[in-house]
Amino acid sequence: MSRQETPFVPFSPNPSLQQGTPTSTAPLKHSLTASSTSNLRYSSSRKSIYDRHLNRSQRSELSKASFAFLFGEMVQYAQKRVSGIQDLEKKLVLNFTVVLIATGVTQFDIPQGWDIVLNLHGYTIGQRLLELLLWRDGRSAKRETRILGILQFITTTLYRSVFNKPADGLEKSRDNEDEYMLIDNDPMVSSYISVPKEMSQLNCAAFVAGIIEAVLDGCLFPSRVTAHSVPTDQYPGKTVFLIKFDESVLEREAVL
Amino acid sequence: MGILSILILNKAGGLIYQRDFNEGLKKLSSNDYLVLAGTFHGVHAITSRISPVPGSGGLEVMESEHFRMQCFQTLTGTKFLIFAQPHQPNIDVIVKRVYELYADYVMKNPFYQIEMPIRCEAFDRNLLAYIQPRQ
Repeated sequence: MSRQETPFVPFSPNPSLQQGTPTSTAPLKHSLTASSTSNLRYSSSRKSIYDRHLNRSQRSELSKASFAFLFGEMVQYAQKRVSGIQDLEKKLVLNFTVVLIATGVTQFDIPQGWDIVLNLHGYTIGQRLLELLLWRDGRSAKRETRILGILQFITTTLYRSVFNKPADGLEKSRDNEDEYMLIDNDPMVSSYISVPKEMSQLNCAAFVAGIIEAVLDGCLFPSRVTAHSVPTDQYPGKTVFLIKFDESVLEREAVL
Repeated sequence: MGILSILILNKAGGLIYQRDFNEGLKKLSSNDYLVLAGTFHGVHAITSRISPVPGSGGLEVMESEHFRMQCFQTLTGTKFLIFAQPHQPNIDVIVKRVYELYADYVMKNPFYQIEMPIRCEAFDRNLLAYIQPRQ
């Protein structure tokens, strides 16, 4: 019972506030033994992924099948975390709030369900991806300050490097000034996934939405990105990523 | 010429998928399909035992005047049954492709529970897209 009463502080520097961390010497011992027998796997040339040059983009293609299996496990993990323990969902939402506050978003609505977990997974990837992409651009790297510029960066540079194709469309919402729609006719992550009818409002491309959101946040365009299925006869997996910018972004855009 | 029907059996002999591709087929009740699958599973086990060749994989093809039935068993024991017209060519290619579609759209779908009936919309769609032009 005491576990549930203590507040969950995900990134606290104080270990006694963190859940499930035993106090004093026990974790220290564990980390010592872990470092002596490394779990890292090496290829035959004894070079891990960390030994490669960051700029290496040749032969960097990965197996789609392995990704599909890995992503399938992530979806199942997200499902279990949400439906299994309700308490845990609250913690995840809290975790998410911390991330958002840290990146400057103060007004947002928290989606319910397990797509938030997938979104979070994507968020952590997007944060690193932005840095990597800008680093790879080298001297031609540019700091995007306009909404259209950053959206162009996402639909071309980001999409090309991750999915090897540009996004299929970018539209501005007619009703709301602060909403943009990024269209992907067949998101790579969900190409093998059929969502059951009873969960049809959920979309596994929430993962990609998380990546986009992290990139926007990282460039100081605080926003909420959500994935929505819009199936058509030609493209049954068509997904629209709804990008809703924070007020501050629009105010800045007006000044620029 | 053409494919009449495709059935998929799990390793316990339960029917997990059934679909007809020919309008003229007489429909069985869903219970009868289950019985058919169970019976075939038993017959397949018997044929693999009574075969004079050691290590036989069991019944593979059955031909009659009106249809030809091809059975393909995967390493994990899942069986694919394909009923086709008697002189359908390249049926082994079709079986391989159906197996591929199964591996892609069923096994890589996180919402599919293993050994349970297949309800994957993407599998249905892609199977139909593959079979229909060949009818």
